[in-house]
Amino acid sequence: MTEKSNITLNINGRNHAIGVEPRRTLADAIREDCGQTGTHIGCEHGVCGACTVIVDGEPVRSCLMFAVQAAGKKIRTVEGLAKGDELHPMQRAFMEHHGLQCGFCTPGFLMLAVGVLEREPDISNEDLLDVLASNLCRCTGYQNIIKAVRAAAAEMRGAR
Amino acid sequence: MKPAPFIHHVPKTIEEALAILAEVAPQDGRVLAGGQSLVPIMAFRMARPAHLVDINEVKGLDKLAVEGGKLVIGARVRHAAFHKNVVDGPLGKLLTYVVRHIAHYPIRMRGTFCGSLAHADPASEWCLVAATLGGEIIAKSKRGERVIAAANFFEGIMSTSLAEDELLAEARLPLLPADAKFGFYEFNRRAGDFAMAAALVTYRVAGGKIADARVGVGGAEDRPRRIPEAEAALNGKAAGDEAFRAAAEAAAKAVDPLEDVQTSGEYRRDLVRAVVRRALEHSA
Repeated sequence: MTEKSNITLNINGRNHAIGVEPRRTLADAIREDCGQTGTHIGCEHGVCGACTVIVDGEPVRSCLMFAVQAAGKKIRTVEGLAKGDELHPMQRAFMEHHGLQCGFCTPGFLMLAVGVLEREPDISNEDLLDVLASNLCRCTGYQNIIKAVRAAAAEMRGAR
Repeated sequence: MKPAPFIHHVPKTIEEALAILAEVAPQDGRVLAGGQSLVPIMAFRMARPAHLVDINEVKGLDKLAVEGGKLVIGARVRHAAFHKNVVDGPLGKLLTYVVRHIAHYPIRMRGTFCGSLAHADPASEWCLVAATLGGEIIAKSKRGERVIAAANFFEGIMSTSLAEDELLAEARLPLLPADAKFGFYEFNRRAGDFAMAAALVTYRVAGGKIADARVGVGGAEDRPRRIPEAEAALNGKAAGDEAFRAAAEAAAKAVDPLEDVQTSGEYRRDLVRAVVRRALEHSA
C-alpha cells in the first residue's frame, strides 16, 4: 500500500472530498469513493469506452486516468446530463431511437457523444461515425445508436 | 485489473522533473504523460513501476511551433492537437490525415505525440511518421541534453535508445517542401485497432519523375523504418502504377516481418506489399 492523498473531485458541480491511493483510477474513485455509479466499468484497459466521462470539456476514458490527476478539474458524468426531470436531448434521442438494450454501455456512449458534440457541433457524418467507433456495444448493432446521436446532434445544433 | 501501488510525483518545472527522474529511475521510475498505453499495461500488471513522474503539470512542455524549418512538438502535446492543421503545407495535411488512424477520439484527447515515440510500439503511427520523415528526438536529463535522429532512436519492440533518466522532452519534424506529395495507408481488422502493417510515403515530382522518395513501413517489423530498396524503385521513375507496384514489391522483399500466433510472416509480407502500394496510390 502507498499513502492515501486527500483530494477533492468536482463531479457535476458537487465537491467530493476523498482519500485515495495514487493507483486509484478515476473510474473507481467516481463509483466507489464518490458513490456515482452511473459511470460503468467494462474492460478496465481503455478499450470498451463504458467509463467515458467528460473532464474539463474533454471526453476521456476514466479507467486510463488516475483520480489524483483529476483533482480540481470539472468532471461530468451521466448523472449530470438531465436537468431535474428533463432529460438531455441525447438521453431522449437514445430512448426514441431505441439506442440501447441492456444499457451497460449507454452512459459511456452518452458522455462520448455529448462531449464530442459540445466541442464540435458541426462535425461531419463521417467523423461522427469514426467517433462512435470508439465505444463497444454488444446489443444494438450500433445502427440505432448512430440514429440517436445524429438526431440529438441536429437538435443540439438547432438549440444554439 | 488494478495497477500495482506506486508513488506519484507531480513536478511543476522541467528541472524538477529531471531531478526526480534521476533519483527514481534506478528504482523503476517511469514517466507518465497521457497514460493511454502505460496505464493499460499497468492494469494488466505487465508494468509495475514503483514511481511515476507525471509530467502533465510541467510548464513549457506544450510547445507546438515551427522553428528553423522544423515543427517542434513538446512532450505534453496531445494527439488531438493534430485534428486541426498545425502548420501550413504538406506536413500539416499529413499529420491531420494520419492522426485519424490513432486509436479513438477519447484516447487522442489524452495520449501524446512524444509519449507514443517513447513507448515505441512497432505499430505506432507517430513512430512511423518520425522514422519516415527523419525526425529528431530531444532527450533531456540532469546530465544534459542530446538530439537523437529517429533512425537511431527505435531499437526494437517498445525499446528505444532513451536512457532511463532521460525525458523525451520534445520531437522535431522537418517541414516538407511545398510541392511534396504524401500517402498513408494502414491495415487493421477493427477501426482504431493496432496496425498490422502501415506505410507512409513522401516524394516530389520533378520533370515528370519521382525525386526524394521516402518509403516508411511500420507495424510489420520490430520497429518502423525507411525501406531504401522501395525508395530506389521510385526515384527517377514516372509516378504511376508501374513504379508503385515495383516499390511495393521491393518493400515486401526487403522486410523481415514479425510473426505472432495469428499472423504468419508471409501474411505480413503480403500486407506490406498492399499497404505500400495503397499509400502510393493515395499519394497520387
